[in-house]
Amino acid sequence: MFYREVGEFKSTYAADQVVFPIRQDRYFVWAVVLFAFVGVPYFANPYWFSAILIPFLILSLAALGLNLLVGYCGQISLGTGGFMAVGAYAAYNLAVRVPGLNPLAAFLLAGGITTIVGIAFGIPSLRIKGFYLAVATLAAQFFLDWIFSRIAWFTNYTPSGSLNAPPVTLFDFTFDTPVRKYLLCLSFAAVFAVLARNLVRGRMGRAWMAIRDMDVAAEIIGIRPLYAKLSAFAVSSFFIGVAGALWAFVHLGSWEPLAFDVNRSFSLLFMVIIGGLGSILGSFLGAAFITLLPLFLNQLPTWLGLHWSTALIAHLESMIFGALIVFFLIVEPLGLARLWSIAKEKLRLWPFPH
Amino acid sequence: MGFFLEVLLGGLMAGVLYSLVALGLVLIFKASGVFNFAQGAMVLFAALSLVRLMEKMPLPLALLATCLIMLALAYAIERLVLRPLVNQPAISLFMATLGITFFLEGFGQILWGSDIYKLDLGIPKQPLIILENVFQGGILVGSDDLFATVVSGALVIVLAIFFQKTRIGRALRAVADDHQAAQSIGIPLNQIWLIVWTVAGLVALVAGIIWGSRLGVQFSLSLIALKALPVVILGGFTSVPGAIVGGLIIGVGEKMSEIYLGPHIGGGIENWFAYTVALAFLLVRPEGLFGEKIIDRV
Repeated sequence: MFYREVGEFKSTYAADQVVFPIRQDRYFVWAVVLFAFVGVPYFANPYWFSAILIPFLILSLAALGLNLLVGYCGQISLGTGGFMAVGAYAAYNLAVRVPGLNPLAAFLLAGGITTIVGIAFGIPSLRIKGFYLAVATLAAQFFLDWIFSRIAWFTNYTPSGSLNAPPVTLFDFTFDTPVRKYLLCLSFAAVFAVLARNLVRGRMGRAWMAIRDMDVAAEIIGIRPLYAKLSAFAVSSFFIGVAGALWAFVHLGSWEPLAFDVNRSFSLLFMVIIGGLGSILGSFLGAAFITLLPLFLNQLPTWLGLHWSTALIAHLESMIFGALIVFFLIVEPLGLARLWSIAKEKLRLWPFPH
Repeated sequence: MGFFLEVLLGGLMAGVLYSLVALGLVLIFKASGVFNFAQGAMVLFAALSLVRLMEKMPLPLALLATCLIMLALAYAIERLVLRPLVNQPAISLFMATLGITFFLEGFGQILWGSDIYKLDLGIPKQPLIILENVFQGGILVGSDDLFATVVSGALVIVLAIFFQKTRIGRALRAVADDHQAAQSIGIPLNQIWLIVWTVAGLVALVAGIIWGSRLGVQFSLSLIALKALPVVILGGFTSVPGAIVGGLIIGVGEKMSEIYLGPHIGGGIENWFAYTVALAFLLVRPEGLFGEKIIDRV
């Protein structure tokens, strides 16, 4: 009754092409963003920031990047962790070796470097698809892992191989407290979400989706697979690279190559599947789900008054992830985001069901 | 020269083990077009089941029980995962097997514990020295490696006979060629899938036994099995001999590059060598060495 297009008259092309055509949607999104920027810092405590909110936002950003590749362009990738590592190490080297370079600028440049690496590893996608591509990207993962742990130049010749990120500053303003870090990550996530949303509505995103749905048909209507696939790899890698740099600099602070191993790739892929393939919102929902589930499982035994070992909880977690993946693929291949859109459809008819 | 041959043999032996895991992958892919990422987890699960059951019962009984467990597992996978996902794109099925992987890893370790278990089936372990009169000092070969080679050779022969000569084997090949045509001449798809997942489970058990008796039964078994991916890409997804040859090439290549190339570029090549070979191979010959050439525009 209240939530519907009826009664909204569009008199300009610009108004017709807005991201959210329904007014209530727009208000809702603005309210969420406002709440995230202003409301959350007021009542969240430092533990929430560093254990939940900051990882959630950074992983959302990475999942968003992966979703552009897997969900929108249909090219599966198991090398996300490796690409995050490229972003992290590129940002580190830029910040350490280039004097006077602002870390924030280093993040974006690191995204650019990851883009180049991503395109290089995306080239096989022009000849192969499906799980062949999965193996090719897995190759990228292991290769990048190896490079960062073996070639000392990347780690600035630190003997232990673990790195300490320099502080992130902007005009004498240091992002050091949890709240500031949170706001930094939130800004990145918000800007990139808007960017992704507009990319997938535009020419590029439509080309990706055409390739995903049927590559031969897409080629016949004049989409060049070379450009569509490589641009998907490029944009996706840029997002993932920036997320990797944030993960290293803002969330971890100091890290080892293990922080970006193959399990990171899998968990990001799971976020995309559970959250919803081909959905911006889904990337956020999936990241939230996968960040919260382990915390929930850790708390569960205390609530139930049981004493579970950490090993048991870890195994239970992997079991539940596995079962959920299968469950979502069977029951709701479009993930949590689809549940949200079903709810919206219902809301449009409410309270009169006919 | 003796050292070179020793490295070569070591690589071949390691390759045999990769082949064993790859064999399971190829079987399932041939019969159902599913790329089974969970093969490694199945190896771990089978080995864990066997090693824990052996604590409670004599070996033959434990083996039988493990076979039954793998049958039950195949049934559950067919019933709960594959059947609801019939007609889905291959990539969905692939991701479903990713889910199975994580489920099995968690489930297996909750059920059987996550320590490192020693698996001792009485396979002789003392190293042998062969060709002593040809080279100075001879060549060192582990007798357990020899045992593994013999077992895998036997397994391949049995599987080849099974695929070529038996009624079920023919049905499997028919299903692999064309699901609909197979169904229309009365081959029950669900049963075929059950059989092929069971066979893959048994192959996983063999691989688990051999890996497990070398390294101990532990979580890393399921990671080693990731190496089977480049092996099947090299050998071809649809070819049993391809899995064997691919495994041998990867095994030898890995050892050779580690020994002769490793010192120059920093060691640890073993982790990615196989994948890079597979990647290069994909670009040149995507169907693998022995795979059927599928004409498919990308």
